Amino acid sequence: MFRGFHFIPADTKIGFVRLRTISWVISALLTVVPLLLVWKVGLNFGIDFQGGTLMEIQTKESVADLADIRAKVHGLNLGEVQVQEFGAPNDVLIRIAAQPTEKEQQDSITKVKQVLGDQVDYRRVEVVGPTVSSELIAGGTVAVVVAMIAILIYIWFRFEWQFAVAAIASLVHDVTGTIGLYSALQLEFNLSSIAALLTIIGYSLNDKVVIFDRVRENLRKYRKMPLTELLDLSINETLSRTVLTHVTTFLAMMPFVIVGGEAIHGFALAMCWGIVIGAYSSIYVAAPLQLILGVKRDGGMASAPTRPKAQARARA
Amino acid sequence: MLHFPQWKVILVLGVVIAGIIFALPNLFARSTMESMPAWLPHHQVNLGLDLQGGAHLLYQLDENEMIDDWLNKLRDDVRETLRKDRISYTDLTQNLVDRSVSVKIREAANYDKAYEELRKLSVPVGGTMALSGVRNMDVSRNGDSGIVLKGTDAGLTQRMSSAIQASIETIRRRVDAFGTTEPSIQRQGRNRVLVQVPGISDVERLKKLIGETGKLEFRLVDPGANAQQVVESKQVPIDDELLYSKGTPPVPYVIKKQVLVSGENLVDAQPGFDQRTGEPIVTFRFDATGAKRFARVTQENVGLPFAIVLDGKVISAPVIREPILGGSGQISGSFTVPEASDLAVTLRSGALPAKLTVIEERTVGASLGADSIASGKKAAIIGLLLVVAFMFAAYGLFGLFANIALLVNIALIFGVLSLIGSTLTLPGIAGIVLTIGIAVDANVLINERIREEMRSGKSPVASIEAGYSRAMSTIIDSNVTTLISTLVLFWLGSGPVRGFAVTLTIGILASMFTAVTVTRLMVSYWLRWTRPQLIPI
Repeated sequence: MFRGFHFIPADTKIGFVRLRTISWVISALLTVVPLLLVWKVGLNFGIDFQGGTLMEIQTKESVADLADIRAKVHGLNLGEVQVQEFGAPNDVLIRIAAQPTEKEQQDSITKVKQVLGDQVDYRRVEVVGPTVSSELIAGGTVAVVVAMIAILIYIWFRFEWQFAVAAIASLVHDVTGTIGLYSALQLEFNLSSIAALLTIIGYSLNDKVVIFDRVRENLRKYRKMPLTELLDLSINETLSRTVLTHVTTFLAMMPFVIVGGEAIHGFALAMCWGIVIGAYSSIYVAAPLQLILGVKRDGGMASAPTRPKAQARARA
Repeated sequence: MLHFPQWKVILVLGVVIAGIIFALPNLFARSTMESMPAWLPHHQVNLGLDLQGGAHLLYQLDENEMIDDWLNKLRDDVRETLRKDRISYTDLTQNLVDRSVSVKIREAANYDKAYEELRKLSVPVGGTMALSGVRNMDVSRNGDSGIVLKGTDAGLTQRMSSAIQASIETIRRRVDAFGTTEPSIQRQGRNRVLVQVPGISDVERLKKLIGETGKLEFRLVDPGANAQQVVESKQVPIDDELLYSKGTPPVPYVIKKQVLVSGENLVDAQPGFDQRTGEPIVTFRFDATGAKRFARVTQENVGLPFAIVLDGKVISAPVIREPILGGSGQISGSFTVPEASDLAVTLRSGALPAKLTVIEERTVGASLGADSIASGKKAAIIGLLLVVAFMFAAYGLFGLFANIALLVNIALIFGVLSLIGSTLTLPGIAGIVLTIGIAVDANVLINERIREEMRSGKSPVASIEAGYSRAMSTIIDSNVTTLISTLVLFWLGSGPVRGFAVTLTIGILASMFTAVTVTRLMVSYWLRWTRPQLIPI
C-alpha cells in the first residue's frame, strides 16, 4: 500500500544551532533592514491609518482613460490625489488625501461622482475621517501588543520564562520582517495588514511551541546531552513536521495571492511571507536564543532532581 | 486510545452528520431552499457587506451641538423659573466650554430663594437609581449674587444615551423607507451609530436621507425688514434671523426667531402632486395642538408671507391667502419627485436630536462583491485541492484519513456559521483556508509521531496509540496560542477583520475535533478490519 513519500529523511543531522554565527547575521539583517526601510522609505499607509478617500471604479469601455480621469479629479483641487490601474485595465483606484474636516471628506466623494458622472460603476468607496483613523492606529498597535503579552504569559505558564522570552524575541523578528515586506514592496498597510500580522504571530508561535515541546521532552530524556546538540536534535526530529506543515499552509494560501483578487492580494502575500519567515525564526532564532538564555534542565518535573542552571550553561 | 465505546462512536458520527446537514443549505441557491420542506435546516451563511455589496456608515453625533441645545433649554428654564417667582436677574449667560449657565440676582433679599428654586432644576440621573445621588447638574453659588448651573458628566452621558437612542429610532424609520432587506442600525461607543445596509445601490441618497436633521419650522417673514438691505448692512433686527433659501443662488430672507409651529406637531407627511401645476409637493397634517396653533397664526396673518424652514434653510415662503383651519397643508419648493418623497420620509420620521456626521464610510458595489466571491471561491478550491493532493502524497492512506477529516472540518465551519447566523467576509474565506493549514498540521504532527514510534520498533497499534497521545499536548499548546491572537483580533477588530477571527476560531476548535477524534475513529476501524502487520505510513 502507498505509504507516502518521505519528503524529509528520518535521520537528518543538520547543525542548525551549531552554525549559529551565520544565522545570527541573517536574523540581525532580517530585523535591522526592515527597520531601516521603514525609516528611510516608509510605509504605504492606507486610508485606515491616514484618513482619506478611496474609490474603486470600473469604466464601461474596456480600457480606462487614466489620463482623462486623472485630469478630471485633479481639477477638483482636493490636495494629493492618486489615480492608478487596479487589477484590470478598466478598473481604476482613486485615492484622495485626507481633508481637513469630516464634512469636506464627504463632499470630496460627491465632487468626484459629479465629474466622473454615471458612466462608471462605483465598485467601492471608502472614507475614513480623521477621528476614526487615529483610533484605528491606536487600536491596531494595542492589538499587536496585547496579543504578544497574552502569548508571553501563556508560554511562561506552560513552559519556562526562557521559552517565553525566546518566543517573543522571534515574534518581534517576524513582525519587523513582515513590516519590512510591506515597506519594500510598498504594499498598502491597512487594517487587514494588522490582521495579517496577528495571524502570523499566532501561526508562527504555533510552530515554536511544537519545537519547544520537543526540546522539553528531550531535556527530560537526554539528561547529559550538551544543550547545542540537544537543540539540534530537537529541531531535526521535528524538521519533517515543520517543513510539511509550512508547505501545506503555504499551498493553501498561495492561490489567494495569484487568483484571489486585488482586495485580498496584500493580505495573502503578507501571510505567505509570514509563513516562510515564521519557519525560519523557529529554527534559527527561537532555538539558538534558548541556548543563550539557558533553559533549565528540570523541565518542570517536580520529582526529578534539579540541576543547577550554571552547569547546564557551562555544558552548552 | 484506539478503543471507542459505542456511545462515543454515535456521538462523533452525530456531530459530523449534524455539521454536514447544517452546512448543506449553503450549496443551494436561496430560492431553491425556500421550496424545500420546512423541517430541513434553512439557514445559510450571511454574506458580509464586502461580498454581497452594501453600505457601512459610521455616524457621530455632534456633541457640541447637543450641549448647546441643552444649555439653551436650561437657560430658558432659568428664565422661566425666576420670572415665575418674580425675581429680577441680570447677566444670564451660557458657556459651552464649561457646560454651564450662570445668572446674577439683582436683589440680595431674593438670593437664597433664587438658589433654592434653581436647585430644583437639577434632577437625579437615572430615575430609580436616584439613591446614588448623582445629579444631572451641579447648582452652586458664585460670589455674593451669582448662581452657576453646571452640567455634570453623568448628565451629559444620560442625554447622549437618549439622543443616540432617539437617533437610532429615527434612522431606522428613514432606512426602512428604502425597503432594503435587513438593515442593521446599532449604537457604537458613546456617541456613534453604525448603519449597515446590504445590497443598496444609491448610497448618496441614503446618506442624504439619514444625514438630514429634519428640523421643520413654520415661522413668519418679518414684513418690516428688507432682506437685501439687511444683507448689505449686516444689521439683523434683534428678534429676527437672516436665512437663505436652498436653491442656487440662495435667496436671503429676514425671518422672525419665534417658531409658530414645528415639525414635532406633524402626524403625517406624504409626497404628492400639486393639482393645478402638477409640480411634486409634500402634503402634511398637524396633530390637534399644531392644527389649532396653525389656524390661529394663519388667521392673524392673512396677506403676510410665512416661511417653511428645514434645518435652517428656507424651503418656501408663500403668502397666507386665507386662514388654514383644517390642520393640513402642503409644501412646494421646486422639488424633483425623489426629493419630495425623501422629504416626506424625513418629516414623517421626526427630527434627529442633533446633527450626525459620517466619520467612516465603506461601500461596496454588488459587482465587486460578486467578483470577490468568485475569486475567493476559486482560490479556496485550488488551495484545498493542493493541500489534499500534498497530504495524500506525504502520508498515503493516513493522508487520506486526514483529508476526509479536513472536509468534515470545512462542513462543520459552514454548519456552525449558518447556525449562529454569523457573517462570512472575504478575509473570512481566507480564515477558512488558514484553518485548512492548521487542521492538517494536527495530522502532520500525529503522523510524524507515528513514524517516529514505528522507527523505534513499536508494533503498529502501539505506534498509533503513542502517536496520538504524544502529539496531543503539542496540538493543544499550538492551537491555544493561535486562539489567543485570534481572540485579540475578534476583540479589537471590526467588520471584515472580525469575520476573519470568527471563521478562524470556529475552524481551530472544529479542527481539534476532526483532526484528532474523527481521524482516530477512522484509524481504529481500519485497524479492526484489516489487522495490518505494518502501517503504510
